[in-house]
Amino acid sequence: MPTSQPAPISRVNDFVIRFANVNGSGSASANEMFARAVMRMGVPVAPRNIFPSNIQGLPTWYEVRVTADNHLGARGGIDLMVAMNPQTFDKDIASIEPGGYLFYDSTKELPASKFRKDITVIGVPLTAICNREYTDPRQRQLFKNIIYIGALTALLDMDVAAVEQLIGEQYKGKEKLIAPNIKALHIGRDYAILNLACPLGIRVQKADKVGDRIFVEGNAAAALGAVYGGATVCAWYPITPSSSLADAFTRYCAKLRIDPQTKQAKYAIVQAEDELASIGMVIGAAWNGARAFTATSGPGISLMQEFIGLAYFAEIPAVIFDVQRAGPSTGMPTRTQQCDIISCAYASHGDTKHVLLFPENPAEAFEFGALAFDLADRLQTPIFVMLDLDIGMNHHLSKPFAWDDSKIYDRGKVMTAAELEAGREFGRYLDVDGDGIPYRTYPGTHPTKGSFFTRGTSRDRYAKYTEEGAPYVDNMQRLVRKFDTAKDLVPRPLQANSTKPTKYGVVYFGSSAPAMDEAIAMIEARGHALDRMRLRAFPFHSSVNSFVADHDFIFVVEQNRDAQLRSLIVNECGIDPVRLVPILHYDGTPITARFISKAIIDHLDALQIAPAKAVL
Amino acid sequence: MTYLAKPKFHHPGLPKNDLGYTHRDYEGTVSTLCAGCGHDSITASIIQACFELSIEPHRVAKISGIGCSSKTPTYFLGNSHGFNSVHGRMPSVLTGANLANRDLIYLGVSGDGDSASIGFGQFAHALRRGVNMAYIVENNGVYGLTKGQFSATADRGSKSKRGVINTDNAIDLAAIALQLGASFVARSFSGDKHQLVPIIKAAITHKGAAFIDVISPCVAFNNHAGSTKSFDFVREHNEAVNRLDVISSRMPIEVKYEPGSVEIVEQHDGSSIALRKLAADYDVHDRTAALGFLQHHAAKGQIVTGLMYIDKNADDLHGHLDTVGVPLNSLGAEDLCPGQAALDAFNASMR
Repeated sequence: MPTSQPAPISRVNDFVIRFANVNGSGSASANEMFARAVMRMGVPVAPRNIFPSNIQGLPTWYEVRVTADNHLGARGGIDLMVAMNPQTFDKDIASIEPGGYLFYDSTKELPASKFRKDITVIGVPLTAICNREYTDPRQRQLFKNIIYIGALTALLDMDVAAVEQLIGEQYKGKEKLIAPNIKALHIGRDYAILNLACPLGIRVQKADKVGDRIFVEGNAAAALGAVYGGATVCAWYPITPSSSLADAFTRYCAKLRIDPQTKQAKYAIVQAEDELASIGMVIGAAWNGARAFTATSGPGISLMQEFIGLAYFAEIPAVIFDVQRAGPSTGMPTRTQQCDIISCAYASHGDTKHVLLFPENPAEAFEFGALAFDLADRLQTPIFVMLDLDIGMNHHLSKPFAWDDSKIYDRGKVMTAAELEAGREFGRYLDVDGDGIPYRTYPGTHPTKGSFFTRGTSRDRYAKYTEEGAPYVDNMQRLVRKFDTAKDLVPRPLQANSTKPTKYGVVYFGSSAPAMDEAIAMIEARGHALDRMRLRAFPFHSSVNSFVADHDFIFVVEQNRDAQLRSLIVNECGIDPVRLVPILHYDGTPITARFISKAIIDHLDALQIAPAKAVL
Repeated sequence: MTYLAKPKFHHPGLPKNDLGYTHRDYEGTVSTLCAGCGHDSITASIIQACFELSIEPHRVAKISGIGCSSKTPTYFLGNSHGFNSVHGRMPSVLTGANLANRDLIYLGVSGDGDSASIGFGQFAHALRRGVNMAYIVENNGVYGLTKGQFSATADRGSKSKRGVINTDNAIDLAAIALQLGASFVARSFSGDKHQLVPIIKAAITHKGAAFIDVISPCVAFNNHAGSTKSFDFVREHNEAVNRLDVISSRMPIEVKYEPGSVEIVEQHDGSSIALRKLAADYDVHDRTAALGFLQHHAAKGQIVTGLMYIDKNADDLHGHLDTVGVPLNSLGAEDLCPGQAALDAFNASMR
């Protein structure tokens, strides 16, 4: 056993703090205020909520990565643990990095065996202070959270004015709550200044690294994208982690979509009886010419399978936001994964293929959230926006959202009454332009022309029912053509080559992006070089084939057990699976740079690829 | 004769309605159902109802699920858009379609397998929401396309064609519709066009969720002795509570009924329903009493038909959601997209 003590961690604007709380104790808003206060000091933060599928009583954690270097992915490891939950106390202490810090409620004396020797222990008698200051049990609980935030401002050398300002903003409209909260803040801060060695080795220093970025959840961003994309019908069924997307859409519509004269709604939102009904309503609305979407998660995707096949085969636009969570079955409803790639790409029975978009963060969730409606109308098919819990339910620092006011919606190929009247030929499934995309008409367009029967059964080019082989094959081939057309319409992959020539590449997507961006520096620091490609959509653009062809091995980084994206690449691009090395993270926590870099370096070592520069 | 296309020409002297359309303008392709199928009589009644109401044929959206009944929308209103969706899910597709364009007429066609079994949930929730539609169940108590299995509306104790006795309790869709808050509930019989046509007309003109349970015997699998959905059984046990006439707003009400025997129910759109009472004390405005009446007669083996309940002040889903008066599918980016200025404000609020 080594006897030497590690030195206390000493880092400015680069550490991870984790708050361990009990669900329902009111800690969430206090912890979020802490993250915002750091951000207001000009220092980027990446907070993550780790919560149970429960309303009250179970353990919950809130982690804030303070990162002047803008590493917005999860890091792994805890530098300062604010251990407020006796249920998880031992486990929480065990997760602290050597040389790290423990902040705990020292009201009740704990035996020395409860602590570790290689960490700095900071006790504040929070319960005793609250019992002294407050008589109401609810106040004792709520102000305890603010008191520890106050103590942390001193311990981490933070700008207390930033927190005071945030308290003012949070209780705008409930002004009488401001003074007691500020008082609680100073009770904690004063205690720390008087009794503790402030500041710690880790601390926050004012910087100018946040810029004009905004602090927003991916689900809210996607919902705002749907507003900007012109969605008028939303049908949904509550399911974690997607419910906040529909909630945000409801909120934004109430603000942005009310007719100023009549005060009536330019949107319709229905909470359906189940996911089958929600996708049915979306398909009915889109068939009838409205832009419609649903928001769901993996179990909802499973339930929607039959309808998704109908929309594919009958060629009806639909937008589906899938906020992925850990499966299979109920799985881990409040944990993140990228595990619905295959179930969405090939959703439903028979031969089907669907368009998937992979936003990496809220900025892309907004952009793709709006774009999905243009793509759905243009391609007349379901479009899946593949979010996950990490993007959807956590606040992310994101570039501000932008919209081009000159942009007009692409409603796709819709034949009008005037065109029909002028004698233009209409065949619902007729490929007039060679791109596999036929024209459609909205119901009620013309008294005698352009009506057709929509069905999930086989039909000919003029929508007439048939069970003949030739027209069936003709139609299925046209659908393949249409999918090929999609390759050039969906967002292209983004490639970033290493400064040094290399035979190795990495492919990744979605919420793995910030961790991957950070990992690349760690991998390069070990002397390895790696070209990067971030996929942003399925079907894959031809550049994916060339990227794979240009390298001996490609690492495919994803957050599921079965390497689903890798399977999709192998299947769709006809690539020898041996050349695609899976890097898989699927324990329900967000993937980290530490994990990726270790896994890739281990692989390169196992392949006996000597780093360009010797590492001793 | 189902392999023959319908001839396009017709007699020049065919009667025309107010819009100048003939009966033929409301027809579809030739039915591919069995000869004598009750569903074809319902199709004929829908055609007649739409003709008499002078509906523009293309302003109807006809939506169905899967099954024999759900095939029928091809056989009427050939100039309307139709949607043969998935089994049991007509109500959700219709709900979405209705949300997109409140100006069309929505005709939902379903069967007893479609609505009482696989789609029981969607049936219930569309009625609860008050979707403005005429929802017709062509109810034969049997799965026809899969050759004669009992459906959930088959009465307990009734006998299948193969001689099996049904031991499950029946679902009475009309009673459930009453309980769920449908604002128009009727039952009729495919063999009684005089009763059915006005009921369909009234359901179409009704603003809100209108439900019609039409007993429609399956000549192939459920028209034998021991069935409670056969032509003979329904004729013998039919207990009609009233007869209807729908008077459009364009026509003056001609009083040709005996005083006391007729009640005029005025609807939202200005049309009226003249109700000729057959059951003396039956009140079509009393939901609770209607349920009791239904159950009381069902216990005696009788099939109550006619208009069972109407809420003439009903509102629909668009009313509940307070949506704008124009169809949502007609709104463009200028109505829907808040633009960069609103986005600047959003960005500023998120720092």
